[in-house]
Amino acid sequence: MVLGKVVGTIWATRKDEELVGMKFQIVKHVDLNYKLKDTFVVAVDTVQAGVGDVVLVTSGSSARQTALTKNRPVDAVIIAVVDKLDVSD
Amino acid sequence: MFFAKVIGTVWATRKDENLRNFKLQFIQPLNARREEIGTPLVAVDTVGAGPGETVFYITAREAVIPLPVEMAPVDASIVGIIDRIDVSKT
Repeated sequence: MVLGKVVGTIWATRKDEELVGMKFQIVKHVDLNYKLKDTFVVAVDTVQAGVGDVVLVTSGSSARQTALTKNRPVDAVIIAVVDKLDVSD
Repeated sequence: MFFAKVIGTVWATRKDENLRNFKLQFIQPLNARREEIGTPLVAVDTVGAGPGETVFYITAREAVIPLPVEMAPVDASIVGIIDRIDVSKT
């Protein structure tokens, strides 16, 4: 999984019907000090993260391992909102 | 399978319910000479590795296999703690 920060949301009415009811968040990757990197991913939100939340994103086919995204065309999913990060230097 | 060093822990109360009692460790990938390569990532720890320990981890969908749950949105899991690495001089 990778660390990211939710920076926005995507709304799309015309889309694959399997994606109806899903919330798409724009997640910018961050480094250990939560500094924004310039890469991002659009991930389906399964934990009701809000803009500004630091989150964990799972990608690839593991992203379909949730009740919401099972057998759906999804390859990135927000699986946790991070409370704290302990990093030993 | 890849090598990595455990560099920290991620605490998250609000998360997918299948991740309820798993420890999430922050790991820095290493090469066979234990040099840092690539960017850190977060992996579920199924073997109880401590900070600073060298481990090996698996990625992609297989990362769910060591977990005692049917389904979990996990794409990296620590599956072993390394005692020693013997590498021939190639």
